Amino acid sequence: MVFFLSQLVNGLTVGAVYALIALGYTMVYGVMRLINFAHGDFFMMGSYLGYTMLVTVLANSGLPLWLVLLAATVIATIGVALLGVFVERVAYRPLRRSSRLAAVVSALGVSQFLQNAAMLIWGARFQAYPPWASPETTWRIGGVSISLMQLLIMGISLALMVALYLFVQRTTAGMAIRATAIDHDTARLMGINVDNVITLIFIIGPALGAIAGVLLGLYYRQIHFTVGWSYGLKAFTAAILGGIGNIPGAMVGGLLLGILEMLGAGYISAAWKDVMVFGILILLLIFRPTGILGERVAEKV
Amino acid sequence: MSVSSNSMFLLVLAAALLVLPFFVSDYWIDVCVFWGINVLLGLSLNVIVGEVGLFNMGHTAFYAIGAYTTAILSQRFGINMWVLMLVSGLVSALAGYVLTAPIMHLRGDYLLMVTVGLNEIIRITLINNPLDLTGGPNGLIVMDQFRFFGRVVQAPIDFYWLVWGCVAVLLFGLFRLQRSRIGRAWNYVREDAVAAEATGINTRWAKSLAFMLGAGIAGATGTIYATKMMVISPDSFTFAASVTLFAIVILGGTGSIPGVILASGAMMVLPELMRDFAQYRMLLFGLAMVLMMIFRPQGLWPSTRWSTKLREGDGQ
Repeated sequence: MVFFLSQLVNGLTVGAVYALIALGYTMVYGVMRLINFAHGDFFMMGSYLGYTMLVTVLANSGLPLWLVLLAATVIATIGVALLGVFVERVAYRPLRRSSRLAAVVSALGVSQFLQNAAMLIWGARFQAYPPWASPETTWRIGGVSISLMQLLIMGISLALMVALYLFVQRTTAGMAIRATAIDHDTARLMGINVDNVITLIFIIGPALGAIAGVLLGLYYRQIHFTVGWSYGLKAFTAAILGGIGNIPGAMVGGLLLGILEMLGAGYISAAWKDVMVFGILILLLIFRPTGILGERVAEKV
Repeated sequence: MSVSSNSMFLLVLAAALLVLPFFVSDYWIDVCVFWGINVLLGLSLNVIVGEVGLFNMGHTAFYAIGAYTTAILSQRFGINMWVLMLVSGLVSALAGYVLTAPIMHLRGDYLLMVTVGLNEIIRITLINNPLDLTGGPNGLIVMDQFRFFGRVVQAPIDFYWLVWGCVAVLLFGLFRLQRSRIGRAWNYVREDAVAAEATGINTRWAKSLAFMLGAGIAGATGTIYATKMMVISPDSFTFAASVTLFAIVILGGTGSIPGVILASGAMMVLPELMRDFAQYRMLLFGLAMVLMMIFRPQGLWPSTRWSTKLREGDGQ
């Protein structure tokens, strides 16, 4: 039981990270019907930017730890959001009227570019987040250990997801996003600036990815320029699991995938856990491509 | 009769490749061997991505299956390499059928994600060493070599002739195939699958056939790679290798055979010519993929099939 609960806590932690990344996939897909293959790399860039802030400017700032972490996260988030807007403007906007596969190839190109840029800037080896940056506090509740870092990851992710959900459901800008997701042309006729909506999507998605990147860096301490694809693929699986295009679906899918992965690693085999995750992706796409919460995925011919 | 630009290109290339070995060092011969291996792989992926328009970004998985089949059977049974090349091709083709049959109906971008997943599944399986077959992270050693009329293929120059000989045979076959009923059906499926189905083409079978053929060629290439490297390990069959192959096909111009040869040359030979270029290679290829989709979506050397057809129809 203790082992089960420990794996559950670990699963919820990585699941929260998957969910944050999955939100970016799902929002871009919802509005543009595009799988943004570069999204995992936004996450990776966020992780590296946070790392750079922590080891340079903020290393000996003398500020309290929470303020240092907040500053690193905020700067990484702003940097990656700007990058997201730039990428959309340069690589996706000119292709909005082209075939969908042209945009897919362009997204793959962006992904390669960002990965290799990160490799050239930060090197091909693993980089380590400074040990002083991650809070060490750990509690034991009935034999199950849970760290402050895990609680932070779950708490921050949950707060961000709720905030995003309320933003999309309750604000005018959110309504514009939902309207654009249904039909670009009609939305435009209703006076919605579709370009601005897409720019907004490319601020929110990469920003959430960047936050996930910093949190993951603080949690696992080690980052590498290829993490974008491995986490990106899992987050994409999470988005499909919940029903792509659906914001609560991304949260449910992320948490569920994290739990499945960690339980699989604990009870079946750690070496085969990624095989299980990708197996889930394949089975899902074969048997229930609409996911758990996605019902209205009518494919237009 | 005018000579098409495709034939011109191939004639010039063949002439260059025939005289090249007399002028360059073994080092450059080796570079050309790897160029040729990538041409074989690029052409095999081009059948899937280019001819039928199926986005497969896990092609290295089939290449790995071929190389490992060769290594395992050679180690245990000492079978002749030519036979193993055929067997590896068949095993990969079978894997291509079995692995992709359930996902064949998926839309382009979903299919791409699933093939990435398949690539990772195969690679992790090789690392985990099931049934003690694959040698785990260290991989397997291949001791045997090809023999050609008693001559053992092991010097760089031997591999040069072997690889480019295979390219020549494959090119002949692929050009024949492009003009055949199957080749035309493939292109029809790529342009409009619904219309193709309506005219009586079994699109599902056409797609499966492309995957089997592409996987089979990649598997047979795996045999050459295994004997060339003599050690194969999961590190050689990463997702990054699949991305490189995918980029080769897209940049060359989907469905264009000269395009594949040029793009794989750019990928393998340019970094050797310009040392500084090597580390920026994938960065620039990423950039090129974006720019090409915006300014020249048909690729470096576009496939000429449709424009040729239109010119033939002019006089009627």
